[in-house]
Amino acid sequence: MIVAKRKPLEQIEAMLEGFERILIAGCGTCVAVCMAGGEKEVELLAAELRMKGKLEGKRRVIDEITITRQCDKEYLDQLAKYAGEYDVILSTACGAGVQFLAERYDDKLVLPALNTLFIGVAEGPGEWSQRCMACEECVLDQTGGICPMTMCAKNLLNGPCGGTNHGKCEVDGQKDCAWTLIYNKLKKLGRLDVLRKIQPPKDYSVMAKPGRFTHEAFEKAEDEEGK
Amino acid sequence: MNEPSRAEPFEPKVVAYCCTYCAYTAADLAGSLRLEYAPNVRVVKILCSGKIDAVLLLRAFEDGADAVYVAGCAIGDCHFLEGNLRAIDTVAYAKKVLAEIGLEPERLEFFPIPASAGPLFAQRANEMTDRARELGPNPLRNTKGRDAGGKLAPEPDRHPPLPEARLGTLVRHADRLADCPGETSNGSST
Amino acid sequence: MAAAFRDAFATKDFVVTAEVGPPKGTDVAELVRHVDLLKDRVDALNVTDNQSSVMRISSLAVCRMILDRGGEPILQLTCRDRNRMALQSELLSAAVLGVKNVLCLTGDYVSVGDHPQSKPVFDLDSVQLLQTVCLLNHGKDLAGNAMQGPTDLFPGAVVTPEADPIEPQMIKFEKKIVAGARFIQTQAVYDLDNFKRFMDEARKHDVKIMAGIVLLVSPGMARYMNKNVPGIFVPDALIAEMAAADKDKRLETGIRIAGRMIRRLRDEKVCDGVHVMAIGKEECVPEILKAAE
Repeated sequence: MIVAKRKPLEQIEAMLEGFERILIAGCGTCVAVCMAGGEKEVELLAAELRMKGKLEGKRRVIDEITITRQCDKEYLDQLAKYAGEYDVILSTACGAGVQFLAERYDDKLVLPALNTLFIGVAEGPGEWSQRCMACEECVLDQTGGICPMTMCAKNLLNGPCGGTNHGKCEVDGQKDCAWTLIYNKLKKLGRLDVLRKIQPPKDYSVMAKPGRFTHEAFEKAEDEEGK
Repeated sequence: MNEPSRAEPFEPKVVAYCCTYCAYTAADLAGSLRLEYAPNVRVVKILCSGKIDAVLLLRAFEDGADAVYVAGCAIGDCHFLEGNLRAIDTVAYAKKVLAEIGLEPERLEFFPIPASAGPLFAQRANEMTDRARELGPNPLRNTKGRDAGGKLAPEPDRHPPLPEARLGTLVRHADRLADCPGETSNGSST
Repeated sequence: MAAAFRDAFATKDFVVTAEVGPPKGTDVAELVRHVDLLKDRVDALNVTDNQSSVMRISSLAVCRMILDRGGEPILQLTCRDRNRMALQSELLSAAVLGVKNVLCLTGDYVSVGDHPQSKPVFDLDSVQLLQTVCLLNHGKDLAGNAMQGPTDLFPGAVVTPEADPIEPQMIKFEKKIVAGARFIQTQAVYDLDNFKRFMDEARKHDVKIMAGIVLLVSPGMARYMNKNVPGIFVPDALIAEMAAADKDKRLETGIRIAGRMIRRLRDEKVCDGVHVMAIGKEECVPEILKAAE
């Protein structure tokens, strides 16, 4: 899922400078799972901002609402009855949600409370790590299920590099060398011949931003009548 | 103008979140033993200290408590095995948040209190009350439009309702203030 | 006039190369001194490419300077800073400026250098870069376009004989040869028995191998490299030999050790040559070569 973390309080305070009526809009999906922007985190952030504001003599009203998620129009519509009453909406969704909310309520200033980090997995309570960088051309079949684009600092497709150090990466001694992991995995699976293949350079044109994807089932059919 | 005359000395309001199995039992024992301890402490019974969330602790301060402590089982004796360990981490995190906001982290503490330690319960109650007295009133007490009011736990034996996710429901801060028991709205100070 | 590096492998039994590192800045006085000192004593001079991810004068510019002074340069090209367009462009530029040899490397990561906030490129890896050199040599670019004039570059690569685990390294070594590497300069070796075992494997392939020789200047340096530099292993015996020498004789001892290793590699025909790395102590290279006689 998308993993994000809350911006430091000073940064959020700086963004909210001068605003009196603030709505914190939470998201109940990915950011709730990674404990950055779900209902509980919104409660906590609202309490923090209120208390800090009062201690500093600021005039502020901070209300909270958490919707199921902010990347679907139907859920964003639920904010329609309230959005008008506030000067600014502080969204605790990932970057995609913040933008969608801003598009939907485009006469309102929408601020991001989180820094979106990566697509990742939960290794344990409170610990998430990246696994995917959405490179649009999955090569996990060639590497035994370990992603070289993400797990290798240099995103090599023919690794390892000369910096591999007893199974650890030269960049960070705590990180595993992805290609040593790939070698071990392919060896275990009896598929080392795959490792001997020279992988061609990655086609980055598939990653042109901003990306767009239409499901085949929703593509407009050829107009049969017109033939 | 002279210094304002000293009104009654400030009496701190201290909230104690006590776990059912150890700390609350110790509180009961302190009662049976007729031990005297500061009347400033309001006990909130929770099932396990591990249930405590940072928000709960922050709300207590937002609602005007001068000191808050979480009392759980002795380390290694938690009825739910690791609840008290989780409580220790949560309290440490909440202290950091308090510091960020501008409140003294010393207003918050975790104490392990075994079930048989009635006197220890009384001692901690007095300790936190003295600490709160020394640190002075919570500056949020007297902020306009907000008053901690009276009881924070209407009936100690009535468990608060479990929180439900209320996706799509707007929570107005003003409404939450109105919901708080013993609330005298519009800022009249006690 | 130095003989072409490529030809040296055909005409000589043992080829020797050394290395110069461009400075960070435009004052090239010391660099020129090193080039002049070494150009006639070795068969070719490597020029590093933003070595250790520290920003410096580009390798290509210094290669041209070496050619102007009558030396034979080897362009080191890493994948860290340039995308495939810039890499091919650099190779074409090298070719028209007279550079005939290129060492294809992946490159250290940006975080180890002095501009850790840069965007790391790594559009290609060293294997794909070797394939690119071969394509350009055949008059085609990576996108399949025909070019107005091919290059004629002699491509090389690097291998780490002391890598642990060694198998993935050997698999990559073979891929580099399939991709077109014609010469290999290894990471520093100190344990020549280990190296001989490596050469037993490596000899199965049609490629020229030059052992990397890094000058030891102190026992502390040896211990540091053992601990911190991946793929370098200095045996205890050598560390002891360095430690046993008096402080002011340590450099001499290092030079003697390097000379001894080169002599053994040459006399026992272990490999096709050596690549002497003495960055910071380039003045010692002539002495090392003398000690190897």
